[in-house]
Amino acid sequence: MSAPILELDNIFTDIAQYHILHGVSLHIPEGGVHVLLGRNGAGKTTTLRTIMGLWQAKQGAIRFRGEDITKQHTSDIARKGIAYVPENMGIFGGLTVEENMRLATLDGSFDQDRLQRIYTLFPALEKFWNSSAWSLSGGQKQMLAIARAMIEKRDLILIDEPTKGLAPAIILNMVEAFREIARETTILLVEQNFLFARSLGQTVAVIDDGRIAHSGTMAELVEDVALQTRLLSLSLDAHQ
Amino acid sequence: MKSLTTLVERLGGINLLPVLLAIIALVLIGSPSTWLTLTIAGLSMGMMIFLMASGLSLVFGLMDVLNFGHSAFISFGAFIAASVLAALAVWVAADSVLLNLLALFAAISAAALFGLVAGWMFERVIIKPVYRDHLRQILITMGALIVAEQIILAIWGGSPVAVPRPNFLSGSLIMGDVTIEIYRLFAFGLGLVTYMALHAVLNRTRVGLLVRAGVENREMVEALGFRIDRLFIGVFAVGSALAAMGGAMWAGYETLITGAIGSEMMIIVFIVIIIGGLGSIEGSLLGALMVGLMGNYVAFLAPKMALASNMILMMAILLWRPYGLRPAVK
Repeated sequence: MSAPILELDNIFTDIAQYHILHGVSLHIPEGGVHVLLGRNGAGKTTTLRTIMGLWQAKQGAIRFRGEDITKQHTSDIARKGIAYVPENMGIFGGLTVEENMRLATLDGSFDQDRLQRIYTLFPALEKFWNSSAWSLSGGQKQMLAIARAMIEKRDLILIDEPTKGLAPAIILNMVEAFREIARETTILLVEQNFLFARSLGQTVAVIDDGRIAHSGTMAELVEDVALQTRLLSLSLDAHQ
Repeated sequence: MKSLTTLVERLGGINLLPVLLAIIALVLIGSPSTWLTLTIAGLSMGMMIFLMASGLSLVFGLMDVLNFGHSAFISFGAFIAASVLAALAVWVAADSVLLNLLALFAAISAAALFGLVAGWMFERVIIKPVYRDHLRQILITMGALIVAEQIILAIWGGSPVAVPRPNFLSGSLIMGDVTIEIYRLFAFGLGLVTYMALHAVLNRTRVGLLVRAGVENREMVEALGFRIDRLFIGVFAVGSALAAMGGAMWAGYETLITGAIGSEMMIIVFIVIIIGGLGSIEGSLLGALMVGLMGNYVAFLAPKMALASNMILMMAILLWRPYGLRPAVK
């Protein structure tokens, strides 16, 4: 396995008086899709927000390509090549699709090859290029949020529950898009949808009550029904 | 009904509200010449209020900061402009339009420059320590306002200060039965130019794009790699400069000012940004024009209701649209 692009070492994060993460340690190898699974409230979103510096870790260290980014400002972390797609998508509704995309470029100009790839993956974005982002459907907004993370070369993309509330046809579209993105970028995907996660993930970590309860390859988890049941209270058989 | 709604939307939708207000006023007033005089007075008053309100609206929208000290910049702008005009009394009274314009430019520039520098310092010293804490923001900015008013009292004294008007802006244009004060036309023009400049910056530049995005979702702008706090310092300073510029124009309109000029205007400024919707320049303009027109029409039709009219307008609009006419975030 390649050297980790991202390491979380014994991270503790509090939100107000609540202790959310209790010593989370993760090693994300470079390349491919890596999944963080867990039920609601387990600490998945907090983990991503702590990596981005949106919430400060109280203790522990976060290293990106070996550099300690634990106390760095969110914008500095983003400029190191980490993109973030939040659960609520973070779309600027009052801006057009084009303006949303332009904002995701650091110098305001588009790489036309990348733009064409995005249009191929998400044709709706080309169609609604000059429309207000408010006018997009939920699925189109998710496409825009992901396209924004793709418009420039990033080393790592953190994506929080991208399938939430989406129709199955759009989820299939997402799988294709993530495979395309993963050719050049590492993805850390937070999910509850195990079927979606297993179709993409190479490694998986399961978080429960702010602690990593399991980590390993996705293949191991898919084959071990007892482990699935223990960790996630589910088995793939029940989903098929 | 649906086709009527579509037609109204195509004609400008909610932007037509000031026009609707003017039409209703025309019916109630009856005399077209009186109506035209009041309408121009209302529009110019609206533009001056817009200058004072636009910066505060962006500051509210971008950083969720409640700055009750905003009115201090209005007051300082008014007094600095009055002092510059008094110092350039010869130019102000000269028959030369060029000298008049130079005096006016110097007064407005001095006020705006003061607003820019003082706004930057105010943000660094007063606002920065209380980000994300509304109660402390209210307390500390109110405290700063009291200090600012006392400084004005110490420098300019407690007596009303006369504001000389440049010669070319004195007097009125008379067209038939219609009398239009030249100063009001100038104030309207300056406000319009400022609005167009702000609109262009916000809609055609990258900084403007960042401001508009920041008003909607600060956190996401930072996650895209931009320092919103640095952007905010600039917006705060420009907003303060606009307030000082508005104060300077208002001083020329009133011709006699006291240290309470800012506080008196602040209620109207808050009404405007609430009516318009927080964080929106277009909303601020719409709200300011509505307030300016309403104030003038009601002062003529029912003088005793003049003070209450804008409050009633605000309540009516908030009952209809709780987030204002054109909020930046839906």
